[in-house]
Amino acid sequence: MKTALTRTSGAVTSDEVERMRVVENLNLALHEVLAADPRARLLGEDLLDPYGGAFKATRGLSTAFPAQVITTPISESAITGVGAGLALCGDTAIVEIMFSDFVTLAFDQIVNFAAKSVSMYGSRVPMRLIVRLPTGGGRGYGPTHSQSLQKHFIGVPGLDVYEMSPLHDNRAVFTRMIASQRPCVFFEDKILYTKRMHQIDDLFTWDLTDGLARVHVDAPPDCVIIAPGGVTHRAMAAMRRLLIEQEIICTLLVPSRLHPVDVAPLVAAVRGAKSVVVAEESTAGGTWGAEVAHVLHRELWGVLRNPVALAHSADSIIPTASHLERAVLLTETTIHDTVLESLK
Amino acid sequence: MTTDLDRLLLIRHFERALLDLFARGELNGTTHTCLGQEIVPVALAPLLGPDDHIFSNHRGHGHYLARFDDPAGLLAEIMGREGAVCGGVGGSQHILRDKYLSTGIQGESLPVASGVALHLRGSGALACAYIGDGTWGEGSVYESLNLAGLWGLPLLVVVEHNGIAQTTPTELAMSGNIGTRCAAFGVRHIALPTDDISEIRAVLTPLISSVRLGAPLVVEFAVNRLGPHSKGDDTRSGVSSLRDWYRDMSGDPGFAEADGRALELVDSVVRDVKARPLSGWDR
Ligand SMILES: Cc1ncc(C[n+]2csc(CCOP(=O)(O)OP(=O)(O)O)c2C)c(N)n1
Repeated sequence: MKTALTRTSGAVTSDEVERMRVVENLNLALHEVLAADPRARLLGEDLLDPYGGAFKATRGLSTAFPAQVITTPISESAITGVGAGLALCGDTAIVEIMFSDFVTLAFDQIVNFAAKSVSMYGSRVPMRLIVRLPTGGGRGYGPTHSQSLQKHFIGVPGLDVYEMSPLHDNRAVFTRMIASQRPCVFFEDKILYTKRMHQIDDLFTWDLTDGLARVHVDAPPDCVIIAPGGVTHRAMAAMRRLLIEQEIICTLLVPSRLHPVDVAPLVAAVRGAKSVVVAEESTAGGTWGAEVAHVLHRELWGVLRNPVALAHSADSIIPTASHLERAVLLTETTIHDTVLESLK
Repeated sequence: MTTDLDRLLLIRHFERALLDLFARGELNGTTHTCLGQEIVPVALAPLLGPDDHIFSNHRGHGHYLARFDDPAGLLAEIMGREGAVCGGVGGSQHILRDKYLSTGIQGESLPVASGVALHLRGSGALACAYIGDGTWGEGSVYESLNLAGLWGLPLLVVVEHNGIAQTTPTELAMSGNIGTRCAAFGVRHIALPTDDISEIRAVLTPLISSVRLGAPLVVEFAVNRLGPHSKGDDTRSGVSSLRDWYRDMSGDPGFAEADGRALELVDSVVRDVKARPLSGWDR
């Protein structure tokens, strides 16, 4: 973790970013936010060094910025409200909820206060509040520590939903979120933390335009897969198998902001494909994918050859035992099979 | 007959075995051991009856074992093997058996325990909820205390005050103290040390009888967490010099024999459960 943790100043080259783990890149982004703005604050449970947070995203920060990093009691609602209060006064506040499952305790502060405040008083109140949410399953943490709750924040007026991705430099993402002056929830798939930034299967190349990352081969795709950052590796693995075993060409699109959906670039990238699959780890029902599908259907009705297909986890709680957990969570195979089905 | 010492040692060796299994990569996920805190549920066991409900938390293996003497069912739950209490679905911190329930969200159980207590009011049974000191950060704790006092609920809140929450010492998380917080809600509070099981029972027997009549009570035990929060994440120094009942009692007559028996029991449970097929689940 040295790169991100020992740095005190000086730009990081893109080469250095390539070699970083995602958690180091996130750590660097947080570091830069705190360094650039002495009024910026970071709050959360167990953030102090040497522990540095349950997933180490904040390691080194309390040492480097002791006045800006605040460890808190186990009070998710209160600390999110405190973040909103700081934001109300014009400060930047970043709140870490240890596991995103616990954000349900802060739902009122996010939905009924922070998101409403940018809109309900008749004029825009800027709110630079980012709620960071370590998310997702696959680690055997059980039903209350493994969920992907993005869908519960989709369509809240005034609230932006982002997801961490190995293809998006977190420094740019945080700059964008802060510049928006809107409250944001930032989902971080826990599986990504130890992955390398920008690590792409050698069959594919990738590019990034206006916050939308694209992983592709040099040919028009049969299927376009749209997925949030946490699903990147599973989607690429499915794409590899489809290409090698069945010569099916897929393009993967990974948006950084999930909601509001950036319609135009998705529509442009999807036009011409035989099918579209939206893949996410959320459990079935009322998903982000359903929202994306609706947007694409509205824009491309009559142009799409097939309805947009959805791949997600089962309609189930997430069990603890790994053999049971595997059976309900979205996997590479779920995506692979959904793509095949969508092309039938 | 199972003695208090047998129970204490069973819990101690069970928890040690878990950390050992983790270290060898044979356990998946995470687990929170109650090393150092075993006395609390063992002391309470005979004071709670079959009609009483127990709400446990993330650090609940001792609570479960003191209630059920079922190390194989619990280990199977944690390892996802046949015979698991909840099919391996809930795992270490999500267990439901008879009137015993645990969940992994801090503070969540107290309102539910209050509801159960409301149901039980007048029956002579009570709802008992275990929480740590750190969990006093959650607002639902106070909303529940208010209801318990207001409605005269047979609610027993057992606080295992180990001075730390994950890595955060209580001083960095709590303004004031638990006793005065209870007083503010008109709820009785008693703080107890954990060195003498019979002393704990002598003090609590009449108090718990009055809980059954609708006078809620918070019992705050001073304990030491001798292990990591979950696994390998202890940031403290000096843990080995903390007071440990196991060390204190190790010279007592009969201790070595009881210790050997408990160790053997846990070893055989580990061997048995490891050899079982994976648990099934009918979703
Ligand atoms: C709502 C919620 N927030 C945070 C956590 C993560 N967490 C699990 S245990 C724990 C510490 C609890 O401390 P305490 O109540 O003192 O009990 P102890 O672990 O010391 O037994 C934390 C922060 C959680 N499980 N639920």
